Amino acid sequence: MENTIIKTVNLTKTYQVGEIDVPALKAVNITIGKGEFVAIMGASGSGKSTLMNLIGCLDMPTSGDYFLDGVNTSKLTKNEYANIRNQKIGFVFQGFNLLPRTTALENVELPLMYDRLDKIKNPIKQAKQALDKVGLADRMHHIPSQLSGGQQQRVALARALVNEPAIILADEPTGNLDSKTSVEVFSLFQKLNNEGITIVMVTHERDFAAFAKRIIEMRDGKVIKDSPIKDRLDAEAELKKINEEAIIAE
Amino acid sequence: MQAKIILKVATKSIMKSRMRSLLTALGIIIGVAAVVVMVAIGDGAQRNVEKSIASLGTNLIIVTPGTSTSGGVRGGAGTFNRFTMDDVDKIKNEATLIKGVSPLVRSGGQIIGGTGNWFTQIQGVSPDYLDIREWPLQSGEFFTDRDVMARSKVCILGMDVKKNLFPNDDPIGQQIRIRNTPFKVIGVLSEKGQSSVGTSNDDVILAPSKTVLDRLSGGRFISSIQVSAITTDKIAAAQAELRNIMRESHKLVQGEDDDFTIRDQSDLSEAATETSRILTILLASVAGVSLVVGGIGIMNIMLVSVTERTREIGIRLSVGARASDILVQFLTEAIVLSLSGGVIGVALSFLIAYILNTYTDQSAFIKPQIIMIAFGFAGAIGIFFGFYPARKASGLNPIDALRYE
Repeated sequence: MENTIIKTVNLTKTYQVGEIDVPALKAVNITIGKGEFVAIMGASGSGKSTLMNLIGCLDMPTSGDYFLDGVNTSKLTKNEYANIRNQKIGFVFQGFNLLPRTTALENVELPLMYDRLDKIKNPIKQAKQALDKVGLADRMHHIPSQLSGGQQQRVALARALVNEPAIILADEPTGNLDSKTSVEVFSLFQKLNNEGITIVMVTHERDFAAFAKRIIEMRDGKVIKDSPIKDRLDAEAELKKINEEAIIAE
Repeated sequence: MQAKIILKVATKSIMKSRMRSLLTALGIIIGVAAVVVMVAIGDGAQRNVEKSIASLGTNLIIVTPGTSTSGGVRGGAGTFNRFTMDDVDKIKNEATLIKGVSPLVRSGGQIIGGTGNWFTQIQGVSPDYLDIREWPLQSGEFFTDRDVMARSKVCILGMDVKKNLFPNDDPIGQQIRIRNTPFKVIGVLSEKGQSSVGTSNDDVILAPSKTVLDRLSGGRFISSIQVSAITTDKIAAAQAELRNIMRESHKLVQGEDDDFTIRDQSDLSEAATETSRILTILLASVAGVSLVVGGIGIMNIMLVSVTERTREIGIRLSVGARASDILVQFLTEAIVLSLSGGVIGVALSFLIAYILNTYTDQSAFIKPQIIMIAFGFAGAIGIFFGFYPARKASGLNPIDALRYE
């Protein structure tokens, strides 16, 4: 495939607990192209988080190959891994993971501090643009404790975007948010995806998976189903529906 | 990452927990201040000793009569007294490494003149004496070689004598009586202060050596010979030369003991400075212990900080920080903490030194080197005790760090 961004070949990860080998991922082969919006689903222990960590270059596979943007990462050093995380991947976590007592703007600037290639010439301007993109330009000098959960996750999303990465990886991005705020965040994801950004997300809620374009289901370290979503939900429309229901309820 | 950013991040995280950072740095502050003040007190004492020794004249060599040996029985110091003006003249004519030579004839007596009377010491010297002792006149003039030859009855007053006899008047040109012999005052010495043994240098009258010999002490022997070497580094050579001249002058044969003693000020100053040096080392090492304890405090806080900020480390790793970036960040924090402790400590020690110098008898003198050493130590402690926690932080696995609760 011309536009492949992620390609795994027999990707395997085995954890050692004491003397017992615990297989977490068993020879997974997936291919994700540019501009896709993929939801990875599965029960806990299905290996979806392990797969996410490997795709995010936070961990190294036991065997198999992983090509990211055409580069085989299994032969890289730890420092090169750090560079890939910095240049090609933007993370959004369930617990937001913002630096406490640090302003939104400084949180968003964080990846640019470790930009060794000096890809971005004007870090402050770039960070402001990223915050603007998630609709928080007016909150850039607030610290996380002054922001709502949805706003914090949007700051985290701005941080993920700031380095203009090849993919955004979201690990249960709305796990800590109520359903309305979740839908708001997904509408942002969809907007970014429409602009051409590739998104891979882990979730265990089928309702939210419907916002993606493709769903990969896992069980016991294997991919058991990989299919496009037929009735894709539009987060913007869902949001309108929720608001109308709220008015009727009053 | 640029050095500027590293510093900024370190300063920011130190400022985020101000109270804790201050308490941590306090160990270093007290340690550095203690070391600097202790060494400063030691150096202050040493300078006092050096000053009082320097007041004797720095290149001064004193030849004193030695022991007499009669049939193998040796007398004590000063039992042999055979120094005459001939010895002085011989030194003056033959020695090449000396700048000046003067006999010292001691006498004493009741002085009458001016407003009253006073008992003091009279020293018969030559015109070289002022140079040898590095002792300028305050007013008037000194006597000349001609006055010595003519046994002129002229004298120079020390400051204490001047104050006692002529508290308000100018003594120059006045007559005083030394043991009933009239002398004319032609000059007044400047104030020299305490001698190294604690008596006043200024309670003295100087007169031409031959005048004192012939008119006051009534003998031909002189108490000691005072010589100044041409330069400080020639003192030892000048002593050797003096010894040869004196042996020749006293016609001592090979194998016979010296009947004189030659001393310079180095023995005296070495003994004194050695004592204060040992004291300084002792004080500084006690203070140094508190510096090390301060360092352990830093290590303790940094370890707590690493645990507390595990998640922050995870976040930094996930956005592309390398292990080395984390190491440098935590190490920088430790160094910034200990160096700022060092800065405050040095400032504190200046304050303490100022208080000591102004309000107490204790003098403290802060040498610039000591400040550099104190800073060096503070920095080294930051690196030494910061390295282990920083290493621990940089060794974290990003996934574990991110999941840490």
